Amino acid sequence: MSKSWEEINARIASGDAVVLTAEEFADLAADEGVKSAASKVDVVTTGTFGPMCSSGAFFNFGHSDPPIKMQQITLNDVPASGGLAAVDTYLGVTEPSLSKGIEYGGAHVIEDLLRGKAVRLKAIGPGTDCYPRTEIETWIHLEDLNQAYFFNPRNAYQNYAVAVNSSDRTLYTYMGTLLARFGNATFCSAGALSPLLNDPTYRTIGVGTRCFVAGAPGYVAWEGTQHNPNQNRDDAGVPTAPAGTIAVIADLKKAKPEFFSAATMTNYGVSSFVGIGIPIPVLDEDIAATLALTDADLKATILDYAVASRSRPSLGQVTYQQLRSGTIEVEGKKVPAGPISSLAVARKIAAELKVWVAEGRFAIAPPLELLPQPGTQGFKPLEIRSEEAI
Amino acid sequence: MARRRLDLTFPPRQATQPITYHLVKDFDLTPNILRAQIQPGQEGRMLVEVVGPKEAIDAGVEFLHKEGVLVHPAASDICLEEETCVTCGLCTAVCKPRALALEAETMALVFDKDKCVYCEACVVACPRRAITLTF
Repeated sequence: MSKSWEEINARIASGDAVVLTAEEFADLAADEGVKSAASKVDVVTTGTFGPMCSSGAFFNFGHSDPPIKMQQITLNDVPASGGLAAVDTYLGVTEPSLSKGIEYGGAHVIEDLLRGKAVRLKAIGPGTDCYPRTEIETWIHLEDLNQAYFFNPRNAYQNYAVAVNSSDRTLYTYMGTLLARFGNATFCSAGALSPLLNDPTYRTIGVGTRCFVAGAPGYVAWEGTQHNPNQNRDDAGVPTAPAGTIAVIADLKKAKPEFFSAATMTNYGVSSFVGIGIPIPVLDEDIAATLALTDADLKATILDYAVASRSRPSLGQVTYQQLRSGTIEVEGKKVPAGPISSLAVARKIAAELKVWVAEGRFAIAPPLELLPQPGTQGFKPLEIRSEEAI
Repeated sequence: MARRRLDLTFPPRQATQPITYHLVKDFDLTPNILRAQIQPGQEGRMLVEVVGPKEAIDAGVEFLHKEGVLVHPAASDICLEEETCVTCGLCTAVCKPRALALEAETMALVFDKDKCVYCEACVVACPRRAITLTF
């Protein structure tokens, strides 16, 4: 049994496509077998909603009169890049406010814009012949901007670590508060609903793939930063630790605040919950077999965040089913486990995307270019070198 | 009878004194320890609810001050703003009494206030700042 992209698209266009979420597809495959599920279903939708620090947006403010070449740009006192053309900027979600620190950052500015709030723009300029103004202070709304689009260099990590803390003190990390002496464990993946865990070798998700980004239709723009297809994989070929990533682009004006939420990780910094969903065509039984995997099949690696090193020792593996039960075992000790990404919102995203596809609003297309495949590249460290050693 | 929730911080040198013993024997108070972390030579913290006549509680608090224990009134209520919450579940990872939990089927956040010991761990952990205390 195999279906072509064109056949599936024709069924989407005519409104006859059978679309299920990854959880629904796994249930069907459990009842009827993978072969039967593969022949019945055309598209499976996925979703995830977790903190994704490598996110941000490009803005073009339009020109004031007289115009200014903006530098030292701030939005609600959060610095944005002045390193682009006169009135273009990039605001990263992790940038903290100059006055409020990590309690308000780039992510909060973007959420405020999405909620229709006015944001205070300040900048200075060098004063040139073509851009004579030397300072500006005004208020902007999202609708006032010429362009406002997400460009998130790394989203939807394919699997992630389970974080624990063996030390004697509480650690405040991007994985949340980690209590001393294995007091808790946190994890960050939608598991069986996660986009890239459902396409473990990037057969259908690649450059140009249409996807759901924070409520807006968007695209996979490129491989994400730190994309590491060479990560350890299980017998089904699914990574058991952080592996592939995607860079995504989407119109911020079409995004919704329920799928983009600012976050402050205490004593760590600012981040943002970003909703990502990707439809996966059921091309053949091979892809159906990975779409049918459940939380009981998918594993993550436990890492000790008390080791302040880029290579933390592994303390074993657990399945997402064990993590979802609320208790895992680490070094022979029962440890309470909690997620930092919302499965409830991930389900909402997969369900919303299902409607988009089923109603013919969201055609699928083969990748214009595949993401780097397993065996092609790994994850390089940064070595600290002196000038003399070069 | 009055009831008051106290958040006690013990400087390292006081951490081995039998404070609760004195609250019972000398002031006739009924202490209910909600949460405690006391280790020799380290700063300790205890969240305790005391029940007794108002004057006795005031005298007990005075005694604690004299012993060098820092006494803060503990939160009287804790509030989860559902509109701000994104149900990430991070608070459930720090909630020792499991007052905050994700409902197994829907993954919705459920807050059982009866189990809460007002330790404030969730207030600090919540990335949305959706959990607040009132005093």
